Amino acid sequence: MKKAGIIMIIGSLLLLGLFKFPLWNIMLGAPQYPDPLGMNIYIDGIQGVEEFDLQNIDGLNHYIGMKTIPKADEMWEFAVFPKVILGMAILGVVIGLLGFFKKISYKFFLGWFVLMSVLGILGMYDFNNWLIDYGSNLDPNAILKLNNPDGTPMTYKPPLFGFQKLLNFDVTSLPHTGGYLMFVGMTLTLVAFWLGRKTSLKKATQ
Amino acid sequence: MKKILKISVAALCVLVAFTSCNNSGKSGGKSGALASNIAEKVYVAPGEHDSHYAFISGGYSGNLTVYGLPSGRLFKEIPVFSQFPTNGYGYSEESKPMLETSYGFIPWDDSHHPDISQTNGVLDGRWVFINGNNTPRIARVGLRSFETEEIIEIPNSAGNHSSSFITENTEYVVAGTRFSVPVPQRDMPIKDYKGNFKGALTFISVDPEHGHMDIKFQVLMPGFNYDLSHPGRGKSHGWFFFTTYNTEEASTLLEVNASQNDKDFIAAINWKKIEEYVNNGGGTMMPANYAHNVLDENTHVTTSTLKKEVRVINPSEVPGAIYLLPTPKSPHGCDVDPSGEYIVGNGKLSANLTVHSFTKMLDAIENEKFAGDAYGIPVLNFEDVLAGSVEQPGLGPLHTEFDGKGNAYTTFFISSEVVKWKLGTWEVIDRKPTYYSVGHLTIPGGNSREPFGKYMFAMNKITKDRYLPVGPEMEHSAQLYDISGEKMELLLDFPTHGEPHYAAAIPAEIIKENSLKFYKLADNKHPRKATNESETKVVRDGKNVHVYMTLIRSHFTPDNIEGIKVGDKVFFHVTNLEQDFDVPHGFAMIGANNAELLIAPGQTRTLTWEPKQVGVWPFYCTDFCSALHQEMQGYVRVSPANSNVPLKWSLGEDIE
Repeated sequence: MKKAGIIMIIGSLLLLGLFKFPLWNIMLGAPQYPDPLGMNIYIDGIQGVEEFDLQNIDGLNHYIGMKTIPKADEMWEFAVFPKVILGMAILGVVIGLLGFFKKISYKFFLGWFVLMSVLGILGMYDFNNWLIDYGSNLDPNAILKLNNPDGTPMTYKPPLFGFQKLLNFDVTSLPHTGGYLMFVGMTLTLVAFWLGRKTSLKKATQ
Repeated sequence: MKKILKISVAALCVLVAFTSCNNSGKSGGKSGALASNIAEKVYVAPGEHDSHYAFISGGYSGNLTVYGLPSGRLFKEIPVFSQFPTNGYGYSEESKPMLETSYGFIPWDDSHHPDISQTNGVLDGRWVFINGNNTPRIARVGLRSFETEEIIEIPNSAGNHSSSFITENTEYVVAGTRFSVPVPQRDMPIKDYKGNFKGALTFISVDPEHGHMDIKFQVLMPGFNYDLSHPGRGKSHGWFFFTTYNTEEASTLLEVNASQNDKDFIAAINWKKIEEYVNNGGGTMMPANYAHNVLDENTHVTTSTLKKEVRVINPSEVPGAIYLLPTPKSPHGCDVDPSGEYIVGNGKLSANLTVHSFTKMLDAIENEKFAGDAYGIPVLNFEDVLAGSVEQPGLGPLHTEFDGKGNAYTTFFISSEVVKWKLGTWEVIDRKPTYYSVGHLTIPGGNSREPFGKYMFAMNKITKDRYLPVGPEMEHSAQLYDISGEKMELLLDFPTHGEPHYAAAIPAEIIKENSLKFYKLADNKHPRKATNESETKVVRDGKNVHVYMTLIRSHFTPDNIEGIKVGDKVFFHVTNLEQDFDVPHGFAMIGANNAELLIAPGQTRTLTWEPKQVGVWPFYCTDFCSALHQEMQGYVRVSPANSNVPLKWSLGEDIE
């Protein structure tokens, strides 16, 4: 259980990477933008990959009536997410420590993982809702109004994950360093669970 | 096994055949199928970059053009000494002071010799200096912004021709007068020229950090014509060499009267010695009038200051600092090889090409082997300083550049050719015709300690039959040669704008990474900027009305203005809010008697407009900026001079 506890602690601490590195990244490339425009999504706000990328993305988006990219204080998420991440990291460390000193069962590791996954899925769901709103809640006075072939108004929701063509832009949406650290951390807590289980099963058979 | 061997031998033979075929093409320059081989050498595929920048002077255009090598494509025309309606340079309030002189506003000049700044004798790509010949001036163009950042006027000077060459750590930019004049200027008979006129050679110090120029001293030389110049390199660093003609000091019909002496001079000037003298308080401050114009990168405003005195040195004050080297018949070019040992003085009316030795010169000076003196300046013996001659290389030698491999390349104006010869042995290695009447030639870094000897281009004065005819007046022509082999190979003809006198060229990688993409709005310190739409306003100050306007794709703020009256002077202070590469906006006002503006992202520029007629007058963006560029427009309502329509402005709603 000692080893499993340590892995649990390391896994939880990896979440803290989100305070330094972006969770997600969306890049927009087009023939007239040989250096693509990009935004990095942090848990406490959105920043341009280059200094003026957000301004230039907003400049482009105003043709189709999209809202400007929200500032940190314009979305409750950016106030809440850091607290949730910090809370989960602390909780994970505490569980890991308790596991290390064999005060609790390894099942708590899985419990943490499940809770984190539920929160993560809720976060993704919320993020996706925001993307839908951002891409489809358009200014009725927009300069360009485009319809899909079936006659419905075109929406410009960036992909939640992966690649999509939006008009002349190639949009790629992928996790970034902070996100990968989180995934690795969550995997480690699973490993901790698996190790803890193995140890306890071994004990049981002895 | 045997079969395999046979096949591979056969394949090898075929390969050799092709390779040798290639080689013969290289040296012989054959036509036919091999012509495509040459085309490949200058072909830069779409989206790829040239390997070199070339900065070619515009001569009578007063500007500097930027070309790519080897493609010969024109990238930009940089306005320097001439007004440029294309972007409003010399018309906008911020840039007008750049063309101020002691004679007032001079909107034109004749730009001749660009030279790139150096560190330790190697091109560093920070600035290009270029001379204005007609109203003597030296300009500094920054190679981050590719804009003219500073111009200094040269007093006591006329026909600023032997300029703007720089010493090997950019300590000095030199300005030499082609025409000697009375110093100080005064009313006197022209026939009394001899002995009374003076030739001012001006040493301008360059601030190593900002590049700011300041006249450190002027040497008042005898009244010859100072034609071209070159700084010493390496062992001769600390010296500057100037060719002279009209050592006869004739003042009329010079084509005859200035061609009488068998030998004119190269003036060798030990500037370090004079600098030391000046640093110890030597020289005399003399009243003078000259303008010094500096662009501030943060305010985007040029300030012109009129300076009132200049430090002058008479050669007799600093003995041992100046010597005259006899050089055959009216030498034009004055070129020092990369080692600093050889000083090539091309007597343009001489059959041979004369090369002086720096070592021999020092030796002759040390042993005081003087042939005499001119106005107290020691004249050395021709034979004592001669390193050697290239015998009968062609007709009318002008300019020489070096490839860094021990070879020199000289242009011949009369016989229209470039001749490659070897330093030290003085043998001619190769010659290639030019089309036609070649002046200068350039090898990237070819006048520095470390030439990049892959390309050479010749700049021709006459273009007849090289391109489709376009009437009696046409652009001049440059010709690009590959000089990487033993023989020169003509690769390309390309037209140049204005009269290309000389050029400076440099490998692209030294410059391109530092090139500015836009100005940061946050750093904009223009006194009348508006860095966001909420700062826009219209302010009346008597008859002057200041419009603080912003531009962003695809609208002006404000776009409707009322309350302007006939007789007002309206200043449009226009700030481009974009922070994106290559998104300037234009501003054009109907009936403006000056130009349009192009405003780079993050920059503020001011156009003046004096409305003369009552009405509602449009303005618009001239640089196609977005899908809604055509909608980027607005109106100014002009009321009668005595009206009381209040000053109002708006965007997105009607004026109340």
